Amino acid sequence: MKSIGASAARNELESRHRDFFERGFMLALIFSLGIGIIALVTLILQVLVEGFPRLNSELLTNFPSGNPEIAGAQSAIMGTIWVIGVTAAFTIPVGIGAAIYLEEYADKERWWNRFIELNLQNLAAVPAIVYGILGLAFIVRGFLGLGQTVLAAGLTLGLLVLPIVIISSREAIKAVPDTIRQGAYALGATRWQTVRRQVLPASIPGIATGTILALSRAIGEAAPLILIGGLTFITFNPESVNSNFTVLPIQIFNWVSRPQDEFRVLAAAAIVVLLVILLAMNALAIFLRNKYQRKY
Amino acid sequence: MARKVEGTTMTEENQAQVTPMQQIEPQHHADKAPRESLVTVDDVTVKYSGSTAVEGVTFDIATNEITALIGASGCGKSTLLRCINRMNDLIPGAEVTGTINYKGVDLYGEKIDPVQVRKLIGMVFQKPNPFPKSIYDNVAFGPRVLGIKEDLDEIVEKSLRRASLWDEVKNRLNSSALGMSGGQQQRLCIARAIATSPDVILMDEPCSALDPISTGRIEDLMEELKTRYTIVIVTHNMQQAARVSDKTAFFTVNVNEDDKRFGQLVEFDDTEKIFTNPSDQRTEDYVTGKVG
Repeated sequence: MKSIGASAARNELESRHRDFFERGFMLALIFSLGIGIIALVTLILQVLVEGFPRLNSELLTNFPSGNPEIAGAQSAIMGTIWVIGVTAAFTIPVGIGAAIYLEEYADKERWWNRFIELNLQNLAAVPAIVYGILGLAFIVRGFLGLGQTVLAAGLTLGLLVLPIVIISSREAIKAVPDTIRQGAYALGATRWQTVRRQVLPASIPGIATGTILALSRAIGEAAPLILIGGLTFITFNPESVNSNFTVLPIQIFNWVSRPQDEFRVLAAAAIVVLLVILLAMNALAIFLRNKYQRKY
Repeated sequence: MARKVEGTTMTEENQAQVTPMQQIEPQHHADKAPRESLVTVDDVTVKYSGSTAVEGVTFDIATNEITALIGASGCGKSTLLRCINRMNDLIPGAEVTGTINYKGVDLYGEKIDPVQVRKLIGMVFQKPNPFPKSIYDNVAFGPRVLGIKEDLDEIVEKSLRRASLWDEVKNRLNSSALGMSGGQQQRLCIARAIATSPDVILMDEPCSALDPISTGRIEDLMEELKTRYTIVIVTHNMQQAARVSDKTAFFTVNVNEDDKRFGQLVEFDDTEKIFTNPSDQRTEDYVTGKVG
């Protein structure tokens, strides 16, 4: 190595060139982050301001009406709760079961297991409207013939989010260190005992987080439910899984498309309710993740 | 070299034949007397997806002794250890040939359930791997999967006492095992293995992640445990093998014609003989530190 003088050394060490790029890159990152945050904040502020006059208890207690002064979203809120309840009851056990099979039981050398894995990724990317068509053809009519009911809607949304539940549950199960499984097997545990008593308890926080996020996606869906016949004007709450139903996104869609300005105010207020439910679910997911986060 | 291994085996077999007569008399005082073989490993070869990991291993494990498996990395000693309680069954593509007998029963026999094998032949791993649960639940896990519901408290206390951990943890049985030190965690794993009342305890480099003081405690513990259990330990630490074991098996890495590395047993004998007067030059080079 040749020796260099002090000024040459200074030149070498003060690399302004790199500094320029460092800062430029950082600015670009902040800019992209800013776009997302500004869009979200603007949206929330706008619906808050617009919907503020109708953010009252009547929104929650009244049923839809042709008169915007007294119209409320109770049937839609209750419909959303019913539908998501069915979705959860269907998708959680099936999704976790599929994830356990794929992670703990499936022989990954077999082509059909690899085929299933590949297709899960594809299914997660299929547009929601396609699930609506599927639901209409096989659940509402055709094979299951359940009609335009809460059950049909719940199952359709269940199918929609099932790949997400499976994928996130698999990630959670995969994150359980293999040493835990080995430890259990070495003590004479069967595969089922190992899964049931060690792997599942250790992965539940991750599974819960993924599942809640998947359900909060389902809550915001309107398109597939419109397709399978969620009604837009319903003045009663669902009484069973066989009732007709409407949900918040459909109600909002309906109100926004009305000509009267008052209905748009109502729509904004309903959007606030939907956002509150979504944020509450996401907060629960974050809470669960932090509370049960484990270090191995 | 194969001849040498056979030679060693012959002596072992001879010893095994002597044992039944000796059994009539109480055995514990007979320090140098040959002990009964509990596990016999006969011409065992392990392949992973077709490539040989360790080939043609034959030796006997005697009751209430500590048998050490030593050798350089990749010599197949851990692989062989994992055959004894059929942990290799869990690795896709693993294939075991030859026979391993436990009390005369072929552990790889058709009707043998690997889950039952692991209840009798417990294992402690290289890195302490406590379950992310309380200390109590860690020890109680084994008995629970066996379906034991009564006297769990008693089993947990007894196991922790035998692992000389009871006094340190008796006041915090319900706190997480992950809050313990590495050495404590490893003794907890030993307590956990004892709780299912196994006959044999396999230890796969149990001290390699521990400091010297914790290592010393585990070695003392092994001396106590061998009065009740038969112990097989894999270790990288030759001094450890010399300190704690009664018998030592020395493995080496060979290269076959396809340039693939595989492990072989070079010599199996009393630990004292292996370390002072080994029969094979390779053993001598290894234990005196000329290679490895």
